[in-house]
Amino acid sequence: MDSRQLYQEMILDHNKRPRNFGRLPQPSHHAEGVNPLCGDHIELTLDVHEGVIREIAFEGESCAICKASASMMTGQVRGKRLEDARALVQAFRDMAVGGLHPASGPHELGRLTVFSGVRDLPSRVKCAVLPWHTLQAAVSGEALATTEGVQDPQF
Amino acid sequence: MTQLASIASTPATRAAPYDLEGLRAQFPILGLRIGDAPLAYLDNGASSQMPQPVIDRLVHYQRAEHANIHRGVHYLSETATAAFEGARRKVQRFLNAAEECEIIFTRGTTDALNLVMHGFGRAYIGEGDEIIVSTLEHHSNIVPWQMLCQERGCHLRVIPCNDRGELLLEAYAELLGPRTRLVAITHVSNALGSISPLREVIDLAHARGVPVLVDGAQAVAHIPVDVQALDCDFYCFSGHKLYGPTGIGVLYGKAALLEKMQPYQGGGDMILSVSFEKTIYNVIPHKFEAGTPPIAAAIGLGAAIDFVTGVGIERAADWEATLLDYATEQLSQLPGVRLVGTAQHKASVLSFVLAGVHPHDVGTVLNEAGVAVRTGHHCAQPVMQRFGLPATVRASFALYNRLDEVDQLVGGLQRVARLFA
Repeated sequence: MDSRQLYQEMILDHNKRPRNFGRLPQPSHHAEGVNPLCGDHIELTLDVHEGVIREIAFEGESCAICKASASMMTGQVRGKRLEDARALVQAFRDMAVGGLHPASGPHELGRLTVFSGVRDLPSRVKCAVLPWHTLQAAVSGEALATTEGVQDPQF
Repeated sequence: MTQLASIASTPATRAAPYDLEGLRAQFPILGLRIGDAPLAYLDNGASSQMPQPVIDRLVHYQRAEHANIHRGVHYLSETATAAFEGARRKVQRFLNAAEECEIIFTRGTTDALNLVMHGFGRAYIGEGDEIIVSTLEHHSNIVPWQMLCQERGCHLRVIPCNDRGELLLEAYAELLGPRTRLVAITHVSNALGSISPLREVIDLAHARGVPVLVDGAQAVAHIPVDVQALDCDFYCFSGHKLYGPTGIGVLYGKAALLEKMQPYQGGGDMILSVSFEKTIYNVIPHKFEAGTPPIAAAIGLGAAIDFVTGVGIERAADWEATLLDYATEQLSQLPGVRLVGTAQHKASVLSFVLAGVHPHDVGTVLNEAGVAVRTGHHCAQPVMQRFGLPATVRASFALYNRLDEVDQLVGGLQRVARLFA
């Protein structure tokens, strides 16, 4: 696959200028995500009020795929109800491991489909899903998420 | 970028001290194409490729020689046993060990290190004692000792390195103390390529009566090893980084030490007699080889040793030094490239980072240029912490690499730079 297909402009842009980068001063929810394979590490802080994600921020050290995924995720889930955010986590994971094809049916992924290219690169799937695992952990009250054990039918 | 293209031309004056194309032809996998690009395999530090004579040896064993060893009285069992023990003699000669019984077959370097932790560490290292390792160790020469420390209340002492990735001998001398029970040190750093000053490390330890274990996983394919000249007490390596199969490795240990160590695993082949009242362990090396070993892999390792000694480790090292020098020159001229690990004495490894681009992204784009490199922390997170990096890109060379594969790496890095500009 050509690197332009994976590293689309939108991904390169979010990598260079990540949105919602930093940490909230008094978050209601918080989780760390690590990918022990490559050392990627991100930290999510959320402000959840009455079941709605009011604010969300991330920081950390990671590759372009992971950073862009985190940046776009924060933009997509801010203002969403927790159950809608959880559904989006599931849809994103399904797309990344290849179960959900963005072109084949209705979904809520929107611009997140720029990440669909990772499903052809098994070693990079974990980079794209790490922020989403971390979000899942944060809203489930877990402090740590890891990409170990991610079920990937291509491995 | 035009200026970069001009520096990436291969100097015709540098040639391998052997028939490089003829040698490459013996490695079928090197002919692969990755998409549109020829494969440039620069991940030999993780695992090297296997030449046809080794592949043929494995196939022949499986087709005409296989049975369980050290047991049957029938033809096949005797043939397999002779081939397996013949491989042990090849390893003995390769390392110049004094005795055949000093060569123990393991699953690999990690297994060998764990064997010493269990057999020597658990028997002779106790509360308040100290084990010295270096900053440059692979996790497999750190974690077993940490497990021992946790279990026994002993302590880990770490030899620091300078900004070039060279171990600091003065600091090491100060770490050696009355409670030091073992020095466990790498021969060549897998993340940086630094060659450890083993002569000084071993002499200083022995002056205090402390045994030295050497992790030779990254060394044996690139540096001639003579365990008697080194006078190390343990030396270990893996078959798959020496053009042999995975699943087989070696622990060399001085016979006197191995004799007094406790067995690693219990089972068949490691006993002389078993009763519910008393079990008598087998002699070395069998005391440490419980169960049916990877027979084919051991025999394949023997064939790999024949292959590599046929080329000559010194000649391979000469050529790999040329490759490393050329790659170092070329990469130093690329804007944004920072070399990590610039020790005076290095073998085969070039670790680097590219400003503003994570090593994983570098690796993915290089893959499209057909270039296989390792990206990440290389199972050496303390090294990464020492240099303040989460990860690096690592190109590592073998005797079959060509200068134009370095050019292919440089071209790939220029592609990365354009994409992330």
